[in-house]
Amino acid sequence: MNLTLKVWRQSTDSDGRFETYTAENVSAEASFLEMLDVVNDKLEGQGEEPIVFDHDCREGICGSCGFLVDGVAHGPETGTTICQTHMRKFNDGDSLTIEPWRASAFPVIKDLMVDRTAFDRIIESGGYVSVRTGAAPDAHTMPVNKHDADDAFNAATCIGCGACVAACPNAAAMLFTSAKVSHLGMLPQGQVERYERVSNMVDTMEEAGFGACSNHGECEAVCPKGVSLNYIARMNRDLAVAKLKGV
Amino acid sequence: MILDGKAPTGDIEEAWDKHRFSIKVVNPSNKRKFKVIVVGTGLAGASAAASMAEMGYQVQTFCYQDSPRRAHSIAAQGGINAAKNYQNDGDSIFRLFYDTVKGGDFRSRERNVYRLAQVSNSIIDQAVAQGVPFAREYSGLLGNRSFGGAQVSRTFYAAGQTGQQLLLGAYQALARQIGLKNVVHHNRTEMQDLILVDGQARGIVTRNLITGQIESHMADAVVLATGGYGNVYYLSTNAMGCNVTAGFQAYKRGAYFANPCYVQIHPTCIPVHGEFQSKLTLMSESLRNDGRVWVPRNKEDVEKPARDIAEADRYYYLEERYPAFGNLVPRDVAARNSKYVCDEGLGVGHKVNGERRAVYLDFAEAIKRDGEDAIREKYGNLFHMYSKITGENPYKVPMRIYPAVHYTMGGLWVDYNLMSNVPGLHVIGEANFSDHGANRLGASALMQGLADGYFVLPYTIGNFLWSERPKPLTNDCAEAQQAVADVKGRINTLMDIKGGKPVDYFHRQLGKVMYDKVGISRSGAGLKEALEQIPAIREEFWKNVSVPGKANSLNPALEKAGRVADFLEFAEVLAHDAHDRDESAGGHFREEHQTEEGEAKRNDEDFSYVAAWGYQGVGVKPELHKEPLSFDYVKLSQRSYK
Ligand SMILES: Cc1cc2nc3c(=O)[nH]c(=O)nc-3n(C[C@H](O)[C@H](O)[C@H](O)COP(=O)(O)OP(=O)(O)OC[C@H]3O[C@@H](n4cnc5c(N)ncnc54)[C@H](O)[C@@H]3O)c2cc1C
Ligand code: SF4
Ligand code: FES
Repeated sequence: MNLTLKVWRQSTDSDGRFETYTAENVSAEASFLEMLDVVNDKLEGQGEEPIVFDHDCREGICGSCGFLVDGVAHGPETGTTICQTHMRKFNDGDSLTIEPWRASAFPVIKDLMVDRTAFDRIIESGGYVSVRTGAAPDAHTMPVNKHDADDAFNAATCIGCGACVAACPNAAAMLFTSAKVSHLGMLPQGQVERYERVSNMVDTMEEAGFGACSNHGECEAVCPKGVSLNYIARMNRDLAVAKLKGV
Repeated sequence: MILDGKAPTGDIEEAWDKHRFSIKVVNPSNKRKFKVIVVGTGLAGASAAASMAEMGYQVQTFCYQDSPRRAHSIAAQGGINAAKNYQNDGDSIFRLFYDTVKGGDFRSRERNVYRLAQVSNSIIDQAVAQGVPFAREYSGLLGNRSFGGAQVSRTFYAAGQTGQQLLLGAYQALARQIGLKNVVHHNRTEMQDLILVDGQARGIVTRNLITGQIESHMADAVVLATGGYGNVYYLSTNAMGCNVTAGFQAYKRGAYFANPCYVQIHPTCIPVHGEFQSKLTLMSESLRNDGRVWVPRNKEDVEKPARDIAEADRYYYLEERYPAFGNLVPRDVAARNSKYVCDEGLGVGHKVNGERRAVYLDFAEAIKRDGEDAIREKYGNLFHMYSKITGENPYKVPMRIYPAVHYTMGGLWVDYNLMSNVPGLHVIGEANFSDHGANRLGASALMQGLADGYFVLPYTIGNFLWSERPKPLTNDCAEAQQAVADVKGRINTLMDIKGGKPVDYFHRQLGKVMYDKVGISRSGAGLKEALEQIPAIREEFWKNVSVPGKANSLNPALEKAGRVADFLEFAEVLAHDAHDRDESAGGHFREEHQTEEGEAKRNDEDFSYVAAWGYQGVGVKPELHKEPLSFDYVKLSQRSYK
């Protein structure tokens, strides 16, 4: 099939603009990124700069990839990263607009690539259990109720892609942060630092310039891992307790 | 030259304890004086960096992604082994050790493997304490599964994403140390060269992938944790950025590359769909527990819909050829047989470059026997992934699978202390050659990466640092300046070619030669051809590659070009190793050496050694150094799956 692509091109030292490209003879079996590879191969062969986008595993797990397709984070297929979206989802002759995550806490580096290190800073401020290597007791010392373990796992499936921020009208990072807070906060291993953790991580999140949550729910709709909005409510409860405790 | 792995002698059970006692220990106040560079922050690098920083060392880390959390360790699905014996099925450290040595087809160092089995249990304890959400039973205790044909259930897992959960644990430990300013981390920074001073590894040259800046970083020791080289085959289950550059540049500076020909080809991956395919996706091997592998018996049927092919016209080749193990034969045996039936023209699915390279993995019988719900319960996420990628419903039509390059057992040579032959250069995780011999068992790479990073290297590196006490150096010492100039020179040469072909064109060509001649099944004659074809592609690359953009800014084409340039040299080393190893062992199958039943036939008399290759110049056959292997605890035997 043939497609027309309107792609955001921006280098660090310039304002961005849309450029139009055609993708020709695209196989319906190809992934969306493979379609872009074909466009880039042609550009490179002509000595032109390829379209820059982040990607690595192409299996939907590393969280590197992500941009907006016709305004939707990770494109039209729900519960799926853009690297796992295949061209059979589109039609011959389609015209698609492709642009980077838009959020002030995620500045554009080039074209479709943005800087998501604010997420790492949130983790560095408390998203861990402070256990030194070698200091761990036998794994069976502390059984964990299966329901809690499964719930913690579901929160931990977040791949840190940033789609939730991109989809949020306020560019809030609540879904990501709450997933991280909840993963550890629901396990016995994470109890000692539970309230300090939430308060430090939320502080860092706010300092990084993410917006406030006003319950739009757009984040959950685009999250490729189906991370639930319930974690935001859970985090807010923990935060309230943390405030009461004065941590 | 004969190499010495310096493994301790004496009782294998006590060797590691005694060794730890005998090596030098750095006292806490002195640790603060030492700087360590860790390149790569996957499972191996992140766990090592976090542990060393906790101990007091000054650590700097580097990765090419935008965050340590994205290293390709994240993609591991199946699980991680440990000898906990929580299932009370007779597992033990000795059994895990025994299985791993045997699984590696007797081409690994016994004492390293024993240590790996010994520390395996601590890894699970550490991960659980970090909050890694492993699967649990209703009792609240950890669940296990049996994996990769093991006779005991010793694999710990977190649904289909054990890799991501373990990596998040190690990444969080690292993030904590970054937050505490004990580690300085550099994202989007690629190592391009190793700096030697007085014969010791004292620093690295990096390229900042955003600004293009070339810089040197100095330290008292350098650790490479840069993962595997599977992408030398172009298509593999590795991430797009996985590369051999760090290890290969170290090799060019004098480090030996060991056993590069030991490559694991995984039998159950989603087949190639077209020429512009960029990578292959693994389907967990657990699928072979219930799926039956077949192709049509007659060439006329290969285009027919699978369900229209009569039962009598289906060739269940694994079940017929290996009645005892059937569909559960080891990875290499399953992979090889799939290749053979496709070579015979019995392959199914898409025609790519005039060939059909896929076989069926059929669940019809299992669904009929256990019901669709039971199958969904077991494999739902895998079936979902398959249907997303292929657009087909595997509950209704059989899956199509084909082998793909998956893991590389070879890597830089290291001794028992995980130090290479270059003093100060340590290598951990998939980047070293250590514990898997000629073939890796399922769920043991995560174990090895974390064993190296949490429980081995943080001790053994102290031995080097305290015996040598390297003298302080600055970033602008003559050796660093020279290495920086070398890197800039290489980049300028690439930029100046201004040819007419994109980088991927050459990578694809290389991949084709590697799969055809240095892949699942190899022959002396084929390897000779590869040794002629690889240099020809390399020559054409240096004449005709197009690298647009600028050297001093973000430039993905330049990143790829640098990696492919190294693959084009490394491929030749790999092919030389495969040619030289005139036997079959594990993942290395030489057609000339098979039993009457077509199984891999080792030659222990002549080849029971580690082949460690030393650089002699581009296009020149490297020099072979041998580390002899002896087996005192596991008796040498030939595998049989009939
Ligand atoms: C799809 C898949 C499934 C798997 N499933 C399993 C499983 O179930 N069980 C199991 O035990 N094993 C499994 N494996 C194998 C296992 O995941 C890997 O062997 C292991 O995770 C490798 O870890 P590592 O830390 O050595 O390397 P990686 O995780 O690959 O990390 C490499 C690091 O090095 C960095 N790097 C690389 N080159 C450079 C450079 N030049 N400069 C700077 N930084 C660099 C990268 O940025 C990254 O941080 C699987 C592998 C794959 C591909
Ligand atoms: S919560 Fe979902 S959308 Fe947000 S970063 Fe995690 S995986 Fe991505
Ligand atoms: S590239 Fe890894 S999630 Fe898309």
